[in-house]
Parts: sequence; C-alpha cells; structure tokens
Amino acid sequence: MENKNVILDIQDLEVRFEVDGEIIRAVNGVSLTLEKGKTLGLVGETGAGKTTAALAVMRLVPDPPGIIGKGNILLNGKDVMEMSVSNLEKIRGKEVSMIFQDPMTSLNPVFTVGEQIAESLEIHEQLSPADAMIKAKEMLELVGIPGYRASEFPYQFSGGMKQRVVIAIALACNPQLLIADEPTTALDVTIQAQVLALMKALKEKYGTAMIMITHDLGIVAEVCDEVAVMYAGRIIEKGTLDQVFNNTLHPYTEGLFNSLPNIKNRKSELRPIPGLMPDPVNLPPGCAFEPRCAYAREECGLRIPDSRFVSDHIVCCLAYDDPNFHIRRKGGKNVE
Amino acid sequence: MSTANTLKPKEQLKISASKRYQKRSQGAEIWRRLKKNKGAMVGLAIVVILALIAIFADVILDYDAEVIKQNIPQRMQLPSREHILGTDEVGRDVFFRLLYGTRFSLSVGIVAVAIALAIGVVLGSIAGYFGGVTEEIIMRATDIFASIPNILMGIVIVAALGASTVNLMIAVGISSVPQFIRVTRAAVLTVRYSDYIEASRAIGLKEARIIFGHIIPNCLSPIIVQTTLRVASAIISASALSFLGLGVPQPSPEWGSMLSSGRQYIRTNSLLTFFPGLAIMITVLALNLLGDGLRDALDPKLRR
Amino acid sequence: MSNKVLEVHNLKKYFKTSRGMLHAVDNISFSIEQGRTLGVVGESGCGKSTCGRVILRLLDPTDGKIIFNGRDISGISQNEVRKLRTEMQIIFQDPFSSLDPRKTVNQIISEPIIVNKIIKNKKAIEERVLELMDTVGLAERLINTYPHELDGGRRQRIGIARALAMNPKFIVCDEPVSALDVSIQAQILNLLQRLQKQYGLTYMFITHDLAVVNHFSDDIVVMYLGQIVEKAPAEELFENPAHPYTKALLSAILIPETGEKTERFLLKGEISSPIDPKDECRFSKRCPLVVEKCRNSCPALKETEPGHFVACHLV
Repeated sequence: MENKNVILDIQDLEVRFEVDGEIIRAVNGVSLTLEKGKTLGLVGETGAGKTTAALAVMRLVPDPPGIIGKGNILLNGKDVMEMSVSNLEKIRGKEVSMIFQDPMTSLNPVFTVGEQIAESLEIHEQLSPADAMIKAKEMLELVGIPGYRASEFPYQFSGGMKQRVVIAIALACNPQLLIADEPTTALDVTIQAQVLALMKALKEKYGTAMIMITHDLGIVAEVCDEVAVMYAGRIIEKGTLDQVFNNTLHPYTEGLFNSLPNIKNRKSELRPIPGLMPDPVNLPPGCAFEPRCAYAREECGLRIPDSRFVSDHIVCCLAYDDPNFHIRRKGGKNVE
Repeated sequence: MSTANTLKPKEQLKISASKRYQKRSQGAEIWRRLKKNKGAMVGLAIVVILALIAIFADVILDYDAEVIKQNIPQRMQLPSREHILGTDEVGRDVFFRLLYGTRFSLSVGIVAVAIALAIGVVLGSIAGYFGGVTEEIIMRATDIFASIPNILMGIVIVAALGASTVNLMIAVGISSVPQFIRVTRAAVLTVRYSDYIEASRAIGLKEARIIFGHIIPNCLSPIIVQTTLRVASAIISASALSFLGLGVPQPSPEWGSMLSSGRQYIRTNSLLTFFPGLAIMITVLALNLLGDGLRDALDPKLRR
Repeated sequence: MSNKVLEVHNLKKYFKTSRGMLHAVDNISFSIEQGRTLGVVGESGCGKSTCGRVILRLLDPTDGKIIFNGRDISGISQNEVRKLRTEMQIIFQDPFSSLDPRKTVNQIISEPIIVNKIIKNKKAIEERVLELMDTVGLAERLINTYPHELDGGRRQRIGIARALAMNPKFIVCDEPVSALDVSIQAQILNLLQRLQKQYGLTYMFITHDLAVVNHFSDDIVVMYLGQIVEKAPAEELFENPAHPYTKALLSAILIPETGEKTERFLLKGEISSPIDPKDECRFSKRCPLVVEKCRNSCPALKETEPGHFVACHLV
C-alpha cells in the first residue's frame, strides 16, 4: 500500500508513561496519515496526548519513563520505530523538524542565533561553517529578520522574533515535515497573526507538510487543510477542515465550538463542556468522553467506540449506531 | 447563595469537613520519597544511632571510671578483647572515649548550626524580601564576615571568651552564619516575586506574616539541606579547633582533641589518630548522604 | 453624583531603569460604574497589568488620582490601604503561581478572613470556606488538597474564592482565563458573570483576548505602550473601531469558521519598550497608515462620537 504521496503514516500508536508504579496512558491508539504539502491540525486540550504523539514521531519521548507500547510510524516509508539512533539523528532536523511552544526556552542562550541555525546546516548538509553562516543569514531574511542580526544572542530578541528564529532553524534544511507544537500560544495576538502568515507563506514556498498542534480552533481554520481532534489519547474525529467544521460529528468537537465566545454575537451564552478530561491514570472502561457527554447512553460507558466512517469523515462515537442521530450543531452553526 | 451544601442540623454534631477529608500531608510524601534513596537511608540510620549514643552516653558508660580514668600500665595497647579499639597514651579505652565523644561532636554541631540558622535565616529573609539599601547593608556585612577564615574567627572568639564547650559552639556557630544568610536570601529571591506573594499583599497581610507564613515555608528545601551539610562541617570545624587546643578542654573525649593528642604517636601507634579520624569521617559522610537525599526528596520536580 | 466605584484621572506609573525612565502607564483616565465591567485590552508591554496593580495600590502611582468609592486613595499610607483590602481584590492570571504551594485549599481561602478578623469563630470560618467553595463550584472533598494536586480550572476557582472571601465590591481580573483550556475558560467566564449578577460586583477585566473581552465587558479601553488609544462601549468598539491599532487587533482575531478570509490588517515590526518616549504617536513605528504628523506630536484622546474616544491624528 505504498503511496508515494504520503509523508507520514501512523498506525495504532500507543504511548504510556510508568511513574511511581502508576501507568499514565497518554496515547491510546492513534492512526493518521499525512500527505506531502498538507497541513494537519491536531486539536485537543491539555492532557489529550497531542504533544506526546508528536514527540513519538521523532522518537523524542523520554524513555524512561515513556514507553511506546505499540504502533507503526512510517516517515516517508521508513519505519521510525526500527531505526537506529544514528539514523534517527540524521532525519531529525533534516526530514522532520519540530518547533515548540515556548520560544524563551527553545533557544540556547549562550550561542548566537546565527550559530544555532548554522549548526543544523553543518550537520545535515555538511556545509562548511562559513557557508553555513551565509545560508543562516539567508534563512533569517526569509523569516523577516535582518541578516546582520545573526551575530546577536537570543536575549536581544523579543518573543515573536525568537519564534521566527526557531522557525528558521526548523526550516533550514528544508524538511519535508514540520511539527509545530502550539507555536503561537505564547505570543501576542498581532504577532501571532504575523507568525502564522509567515508559516503559511513558507509552507507554500517549500511544499512542507505540517502538523499544527493547537487547542485554538481559530488557528486551525486559518492554516490547516485537515483536522484530527484528540481526547484522552485517542483521535475522536478526523476529516478535512470543511468536514470537521461544517459537518461536525463528535459531541466533544461540538462542545469545543460551543465554548468559544462568538465574535459576531456578543451576548450569546457560552456553553462550556461540564466536568474535566479524565485522569490518564484512570481511564474509564468505555468512551472517555461519556461522563461529560450530553448525548450519552448506557452503552457508551461500557465499550470504547471504534473508528467509523459516518457521512463524509471519520468519528469515534457509538451514538451513530443510530442512523438518524445528529448533534445539534449543523453546518457550522447551531440548530435546535 | 446555595444552601445545598451547608451543614444540616444533625451533621453539626459530626466532625468538621476539614477533619472529614484529612489527607496525607506533604511531610509524609517527602518521607516516602526519601525512603527510596538507599544512601540517604544509610545516612539516616547512622545519624540516628549516633544520636542515641550521644543521648544515652551517660547511661551506657561510667564517665569517671571508664572514660577519663587514666591507667598508665595499660597504655598504648593494640585492639584486644578487653579494649576493642585499644587504649590511648594514658591507658584510657579508645572505644569508650569515642562513644562518649559523640555527645560533644553532635551537640556542638547541632547547637552551632541552630545558632547560625536562627540568625542567618532571619537576616537572609529580611535581605531578600526588602531589597534595596537593607539588602546591601546585610549582604556586604556578610561578605566581610565570610572573608574571615573560620579558624581565625574561632581563635579570636575562644581567646576572648576562654576554651569551653559552649564557647566552641558560639565560635563555630558564628562562623556558619554567612552561609545561611546567603542561602536563605537566594531562596527568598526565587520566591519573592511569585504571584502568590503578591496575592498575600492583596489580601492585606503584613510583611512579617508574609515572610514567616509564606516565604520561609517555601524556602525550606535549600535551608534544610544546608543545615544537614553545615552540621557536618561544624563537626569538622569543632574538631579542628579542639585539635588546636581551642575547643573542648581536656580530658573530655572530643574527637578532634583525641586526634590532637594522638598526633605525636603517629609513627608508633597510628591507631590513636586513625580511629577518631574514622569517627569524624563516618559522621560527616552520613550527614552528607542524608543531606543529599533530602535535597532530592524535597524537590517536587524530580520524578524517578 | 453617579454610581462610580472607580475613577482614575491622569494616572502615571514610571519605573527607573538603567536605560532611562520607563513609562509603563502614561496618563490614563477612565471610570467604572457600579455593577459594570470595564475591559482593558492590549498586548504584552502595554501597561494594563501595571495599571491594575497601581489602582489596587499594590504599586504606588507616580502621579495622578485614583478615586475609589468617592475617596482619593492615591496617596494614602499602606496601613490605610490594608484596611481597604476588604473592598477591592484581584484575581491573577496564572493559576499555578498565584497559590502558595504549601497551603491547602482551606488555608488559602480562610487566610484573608482570619487575617482581617472578619469572622473570629473557627467553626464559622470553616462554614464560610465551604460556602465559598460551593459558590465557585469546588467540591467539598477538596478542602484539604494542595494546589499542585488540582488542574488549572480548579486552581483558578480557588483564586476566585479567595478574592470573594471578604465580599469585595470591586475586583481586578488580570487575564483570569488566559492560562486555561478553552472549555475551562468558558466555565470560569460563566462563573464570573454569575457572581457579578449575584453580588453586584464591579470588574476591571484585563485581557489580550478580544473575543473574550467582547463577550464580557460593557465598556472597553484599548491600551498601547502605556496609553489609552481608544475607549468606547463594547458594541460600539467592535462595530466601529477607529484607531488603527484597534483595527489590527480585531483583524488578528482568528475566527473558527471556514470560508474566505478577509484581508488581514497586519502590523509591521514589534512592540517597543516605552523608555523616555518622545513626543510622537507611540504607534507610529508600526502603523500602516502613518503620516508625517504622527511622528511629530502625540495625539490626545478626543471624543469622536458620544462615549467613543480615540487618540489618533487621522481620525
């Protein structure tokens, strides 16, 4: 089933952490595929397992206490789980890059930004230090920072500019896949707009595939082609942007939309999802969302729903056993 | 206001909510983590044994008959069944003297550090909390104090006040103050600008209550660790001063002075210096292991 | 004499730094009426948090007047301020650092009551704590838990309970939901609104999130580099934003809907630090509509429509 267009293929990924005798089930059976040049929004709240799943792709899950229980991760057809450490180091930064949320701690404070960009180039592209620095300055210009600032240190840059430097490092070797873990959460809203515009432009220029991890549905609408919604370590809804936003199927996704203040209708009531995400140490036997679900029925607490194709995309919800079932949100708006 | 959750009349006789939902305290959690560290447990065991010896020294041993009574014909004996570690230059049993000496070493170490703790934590907290000129004055005074070598300070104090156990405690205590001021101030600075300290001001707490109720409890970790480690170095300092004849006066069996008197016989009977030295080393090692273990156990971010 | 809980006149707060005088809050004036919410919007470095703290006298103002319930509190001593603490409170942004990690929920919520001697009887204090916990939606069984055992949403509820413990009239909410997950944000916002109706509270709601401030506020003040650039009732601000910065902020809101995206009003560059500012519009360096006049004088706030104030030469 080799599809040359698929850059990332994850099958049944499970990751757990064993700490102090307890087992934290962070990722419980995640499957997704990403085609070259596309952007997938991996959506979920704190504790959903999105960051862990992304770290697993690059085998960066700290081990111990993290254990990748099962799952296949094929990056460009190559099995990441089977790779030796030295091969992994070759692909990290070169074929797949990652940028993290907090630009303050992503950069090494004792090296100049130019050196940090150049490091990647020297290792992966085997450029000489001089050539690498020239390319590093080009990368800075590309992200909107004057090249002469390559000799400055991270403390001399603001948060938004640091994040641009991080993007420059990530894209320096022109990776095919970029994993961005909440890259704009720590930034001001006008800076966020600038950084997202930059990421979109670079993505189109280089044809980079991207996984955008976020909890912000606005960001998803802005940059993503496809969406996968995670809850308690599982993907509970997956489809194209249009499908998930305008033909929402899962009650949790509906709840996320309802929690957002509506810019257009200021007095509309916020309808938060009651309760909290379950403790990953103590997952319920059935559907993890059942205790908070407005549509829950008895069998929802008894077995974990499987992934099924409903209407035009994939969802994990037992309610769809009933072919007439639909949630209240339809076509991107609420109907009652 | 919802009345659903207020106590119903008959429940007013029951125990209060805070008793109903008692939880395992943070102390228990720290103990649990400490237990996992084998080195720390060994250290703790040794410290406990030494403390027991020190406390019950008078019960186990007859001071006049066994510890200080000279017995010249039996001098410089090698270890035997009668004298487990041999006898010293005037015939006293080395083992019994070491046991009794625990009392001096531990008490000097603990009292000296207690003095240093009381003075150092208060001054360090004031310096860290108020900052500005106050901090400058305290810290520069500390710098001056710290630049005087411990031994020199000990000599000066003992020369002024006379050689006795209490003066030894004072001397060693005072020379330990700068460390506590610095560690406390550094710890206070990490906590000083936290939101919850600002929240304390916002609810109307006065400075003293903020410092003692909120800041110091959150700085305990480095202070506790510093305490155990300083007890170790206080014992060494006390031994050094006694070695120089400035500490506990003869014939008291303080380990440092035992080292000193054994020095002249090093070539003929090195055991006289070896055993007191070993006692000092074991005690200090145990305290260091315990201190390290406490540091790890008190740091909630370390997960193992 | 209207029902104004708070009046701020020409408030200034400057900090002396090694590089010069930092104008964190520069000539701010506004007022809030009883039972209403003033939204204070701006990005990092605009001075909104500093403004909130100066108003509460957690910081001392450099200049200007703060009139709280008809009384000028700008110059009163810290001892006097402490007495006012029962009337004005603050909810912090970070639920992780705003609670003493060594204190239980019970101790945190009861401390203001004990220290200010509002209730003396131990049993009565505990009843009050339980009542507050119930009001903010914390289960009774959590009374002896420590903050680190709880999630962000619950910790924020503890912070709210603590702020309510003394029945204040006025609460400064400093980005109270920014650090929380989306669905928890909504829970806390609903709680704050309910409390406002129930107790007639007056809020100063500081945030950078425009969608939230629109939903929550009656009036809005937009700050940039220590100054107010626009001030208007919430609905008016969203429908007719006048200042270019406000327009940029509104444009930067990402709406969770598919479909054609309108052209974004993007700003150039980054926010600078207001150290020894010159007499010019502080927004001029980033403004896409900048003209010569903007660099020569700092625009004053003028009323363009009734109740709508803008500080911009182009308006």
